Amino acid sequence: MGLECSSQELHVLAVDDSLVDRKVIERLLKISCCKVTAVESGRRALQYLGLDGERSSVGFDELKVNLIMTDYSMPGMTGYELLKKIKGSSKLREIPVVIMSSENVLARIDRCLEEGAEDFLVKPVKLSDV
Amino acid sequence: MLGFRVERLWADMTGLLALLFHQGVLDEQFLELQQLQDESSPNFVLEVFNIYFHEAEKLLRSLRSLLVDGEFSDYKKMRIHLNLLIGSSSTIGAKRIRNVCIVFRTASDQNNKIGCLRALELLEYEYCYLKNKLHELFQIEQQRILAAAIRE
Repeated sequence: MGLECSSQELHVLAVDDSLVDRKVIERLLKISCCKVTAVESGRRALQYLGLDGERSSVGFDELKVNLIMTDYSMPGMTGYELLKKIKGSSKLREIPVVIMSSENVLARIDRCLEEGAEDFLVKPVKLSDV
Repeated sequence: MLGFRVERLWADMTGLLALLFHQGVLDEQFLELQQLQDESSPNFVLEVFNIYFHEAEKLLRSLRSLLVDGEFSDYKKMRIHLNLLIGSSSTIGAKRIRNVCIVFRTASDQNNKIGCLRALELLEYEYCYLKNKLHELFQIEQQRILAAAIRE
């Protein structure tokens, strides 16, 4: 692709239970000059963001996440539930959250946008979406 | 002679791809994946497919076990597996597999065991077909790269 990445790379936290999807999203974001951290569940995402009560050993600044992209349908904690937790936290609510779903359900989209999601992407995610 | 071989392999590859598109086995998302492959990640598509095959096989085995072992089927667990397979199949452009999974999911939502079994068999068939054809495709691609390198 030959894009020149500036030193101000966005750090994106990608959350998806599918390893296939994580690999593709990671690649999409890297081509678009983003630093990517990919995790497999909402719980792990909250751990990474330091929101689960446990103290992370690394300073918060180093982990600074600029954008969260999460799958909607995940076992345990859905993307919607993760969105609510993030928007409910004074520490994290400023971080934009994008929801991805392989299903185009209007009620689902509305609910996510109402809860404060920045955007709702229908999977499969393409380079043009990113 | 080598030049002819490269052209022939290229034709084989595009022919096979055209067939798979025509049959609805693959959709344009497969081409989107190709766009993500470049010199910095030259085996990207192959890597993604290997992960997909590994994930799909585990899910298929689990689905079969959920349906066939024991008297009562855990439809809730089946739905979780199917959601995962629907998602990753659509990410790689495996259109027919995705569609069969959706039918399967509907049957499981209705606790329809016979419907689920039929869908599972179809899914296993579609999966085998896709896997075989993609292996063929990747093999032709490898041969083409080799032949082109020798020619140079």
